[in-house]
Amino acid sequence: MRLELGKINIKDVQFGSETKVENGVLYVNKEELITLISEDENLKSVDVELAKPGESVRIMPVKDVIEPRVKVEGPGGIFPGVLSKVDTVGTGRTNVLKGAAVVTTGKIVGFQEGIIDMSGPGADYTPFSKLNNVVLVCEPKDGLKQHEHEAAVRLAGLKAAKYLGEAAKNVEPDEVKTYESLSLLESVNKYPNLPKVAYVLMLQSQGLLHDTYVYGVDAKQIVPSIMYPTELMDGAIISGNCVSACDKNTTYHHLNNPIVEDLFEKHGKELNFVGVIITNENVYLADKQRSSNWSAKLAEYLGVDGVIISQEGFGNPDTDLIMNCTKIEKKGIKTVIVTDEYAGRDGASQSLADADPLANAVVTAGNANEIIKLPAMDKVIGHVEPANTIAGGFDGSLNEDGTIEVELQAITGATNELGFSKLTAKGY
Amino acid sequence: MSKIKVVHYINQFFAGIGGEEKADHKPEVREGAVGPGMEFNKRFKGEAEIVATVICGDTYFNENTEDAKKKILEMVKKYNPDIFIAGPAFNAGRYGVACGTITKAVNDELQIPVLTGMYIENPGADMFKKSVYIVETKNSAAGMRKAVKSMTKLALKLAKGEEIGTPEEEGYMPRGIRKNYFAQERGSKRAVDMLIKKLKDEDFTTEYPMPDFDRVEPNPAVKDLANAKIALVTSGGIVPKGNPDHIESSSASRYGKYDIADFNDLTSEDHETAHGGYDPVYANDDPDRVLPVDVLRDLEKEGVIGELHRYYYATVGNGTAVSSAKKFAAEFAKELKNDGVDAVILTST
Repeated sequence: MRLELGKINIKDVQFGSETKVENGVLYVNKEELITLISEDENLKSVDVELAKPGESVRIMPVKDVIEPRVKVEGPGGIFPGVLSKVDTVGTGRTNVLKGAAVVTTGKIVGFQEGIIDMSGPGADYTPFSKLNNVVLVCEPKDGLKQHEHEAAVRLAGLKAAKYLGEAAKNVEPDEVKTYESLSLLESVNKYPNLPKVAYVLMLQSQGLLHDTYVYGVDAKQIVPSIMYPTELMDGAIISGNCVSACDKNTTYHHLNNPIVEDLFEKHGKELNFVGVIITNENVYLADKQRSSNWSAKLAEYLGVDGVIISQEGFGNPDTDLIMNCTKIEKKGIKTVIVTDEYAGRDGASQSLADADPLANAVVTAGNANEIIKLPAMDKVIGHVEPANTIAGGFDGSLNEDGTIEVELQAITGATNELGFSKLTAKGY
Repeated sequence: MSKIKVVHYINQFFAGIGGEEKADHKPEVREGAVGPGMEFNKRFKGEAEIVATVICGDTYFNENTEDAKKKILEMVKKYNPDIFIAGPAFNAGRYGVACGTITKAVNDELQIPVLTGMYIENPGADMFKKSVYIVETKNSAAGMRKAVKSMTKLALKLAKGEEIGTPEEEGYMPRGIRKNYFAQERGSKRAVDMLIKKLKDEDFTTEYPMPDFDRVEPNPAVKDLANAKIALVTSGGIVPKGNPDHIESSSASRYGKYDIADFNDLTSEDHETAHGGYDPVYANDDPDRVLPVDVLRDLEKEGVIGELHRYYYATVGNGTAVSSAKKFAAEFAKELKNDGVDAVILTST
C-alpha cells in the first residue's frame, strides 16, 4: 500500500467570501461553514472563530482537534465509515492543509476537556498553539445527554475538517512525501537483514465518552487487528473521547501519528516497519486478557523482532499497557512502551497504576500532575468557567483576574502518549 | 554573604570517643568541627563553616530514639544553622539509621536543609532516601575524602537554596521524585531510537524505571456476616448533590464523609458523582450503581449483614496520587475502626 501525502503549507487563516487556499492562506466562508454544521438538530447554535499562533487567545473546553485533508487520488474518502463510505483507504494521493486545524469547543460535555493557549507559557505545552485554528463553538440544544452531545460535536469537527480539506483538492502541494508498506512476505524478502518491527497502537475504549472509532466501528467492539500505517493518514481512526486532555489522542494525532512517521523514517535503513497492530483498552478483565492475548499473538504471527507500544489515557489502561508489554516480551519480542505519568503534584508518588520488570524500556511524556500557572488572555473562545471542574482543575483553579492554575492534565496534548511532543520527566 | 553555618552530626567512633564499648554515649554538643568535620571545613574553602558538632553513640540513639531526637533537635535549634549534615556513615548500619532519622527530624521539625551520606546497602539508605538527600559513598571510611567532596558540593547548593541537579549529576541516591523537562527529541523518536538499541542488544536507558509496588494482601473473609457492621467506601465519586466538599473531578486532594442513616435508596434528587473519568449519566441517574446503598439496605433487612454503617467515605480515584489515597485511607480507617466497623466494601468505577 502506497500513499502520497501532498502537503500544502498554511501560513495564515482568514475569513473570506469563498472557502479556498491561495498563496498559503486558508480563506474560510464563515456562513457556509456555519450552515453546514448547523444541519445537526442536536446543536442549538454554531459559531466559527479563528485563533492564530502568538495571539492572546485561550480556547476551552477543547474536545477534539482535526487536520483538514482531502483524498485526491485512490479509493475512498477521508474519515471512512464515518463521513465517507467504508472503502479501504491509505493508497493514492491525499492533500493536507499543513499548519491548519479545526478545533471544537462549546459547553462542556463532561469533565475531560482541555485548554489550548495560543501564547504564553501554556502554549509551550500544546502542539496546537502553533497552528492556524478554525474554531467551532458548538452549543448543544437543552436537555441533550452527554454522549449525544459528544457525538454531535465530534461529527461537527469532522465535517468542518472535510469541508476545509476539499479546498485543497486542486492546489499544488509544497511538498509531496511518499509512504509505502509492502506485503509482509515482500517486505521481509526486500530487507532480509533488517530487524522487523511492528507498532502496537492502543486505542482508548473505556466506554461512555471514552471511545475511538475504526472505520466507524466503536473500538470497544473490535478484537486486535492489523492495519497498514497509511490507513491512519486518511482518517481511518478518529477520536470520540473525553479522557483527560493531556493524553487523549485527538483525531489530529491519529492522522499524524508520530510513531508511524518516525518508524517510516528508519524503514529500510535500520529496521523493517511491517505494520500496525491496533488493540483496545476495555474495562472488563476478560476483554483486557483477550485483547492483550491477541496483540501478542498477532506480533508473534507477524514474526517481528520488536514492537513499540503506545498508550492512551491513564490509570485503568496502564493495566492493558503492561499486559501487552509482558505478553509480547514473553514471546521473545522486544518492546518499548510510550506512556505518561501521574506522580502527584510533588512528583513523589508512583507514576503508573501497574508495572512489571519486563517493561524495561519506557519512554515517558512527563508527569501530568505538575501544576502550571496560565496568565489571563485577552480573548477566550468557548467558556472559561469549567477550569474549576475539568480533569486537572480544582476548586479555585480559575482566578478572578482570568489567570488559571491547573495541572498539565488540563492542557490538550501536553503529555501525549504517541510521543508527539518533547515533554518528558526524569527522576530526582 | 556571610559564612554558611553548618551543624554536623557524628557518632562516638568518628568523634574519637571509642568503639562499640562507648556506643551508649549520650548526645553532647561541641563547638566547632570534630573528626571528619575537619575535612568538611577544608573542602568548604571558607564558604561555610561547621559551628558545632553533635555527637551521639549509635546504641544510645537507636535504643532511645525519641529522647535522642528531642535533645539533638534542641542542640541544633540553638545554633540556627543554614544546613545540617550527618555522617557520612558508610556501611555502619546503626549509624546510617541514626543519620537518616536525625536529618529527617531536623528537616521536618526545624525546616533546615539537611544532608547525609552512606553506602547504598546501609539499611538507613532504603529507609530514608526518599525523605532526605543521601550521598552515595563507599562501604568503608577509606572513601571519606571522596564522600566529603561530593557532600560539600551538594551541601553548599542546598544551603544556598540553589536548584539541585539529577542524582547522576549530584551523586545522591534517587529520591523517586519525578520532574518534567523538555527533551531534545520528541517522544516517538526517542522510542524508535530506544527500540533500535534494544534490538541491537546495546545499552539503553529507560526513562521510567519500574517502581516497587506496594501490594496489599486481602484480609481473611468475614466469618459472621450476620452480625457484622459493614461500611461503604468509594473512589467512584458519589457525593451529596452539589458536591459540598468540592472534591476534584481528577487528582482529588480531599475526600468526604457523608451520613446515609436516612437513605434506603440513593437517587438523582439527592446524590451524584464528582468523578471525571467516566460518563456520569448512569451514575447520576441512579447513584446506587456506584455506591450500592439500596442493596445493602435489603441485605440488612434480610439479616444477611448486621448493619450498614451510617457514614460512607468517598473520593475520586481518577488520576489521584497514591500518596493522597494512602493519606485519606489512613485517616478514615481509624474512624471506621473506632466506630466498630467490621468490614468495608470498596467500590471503584
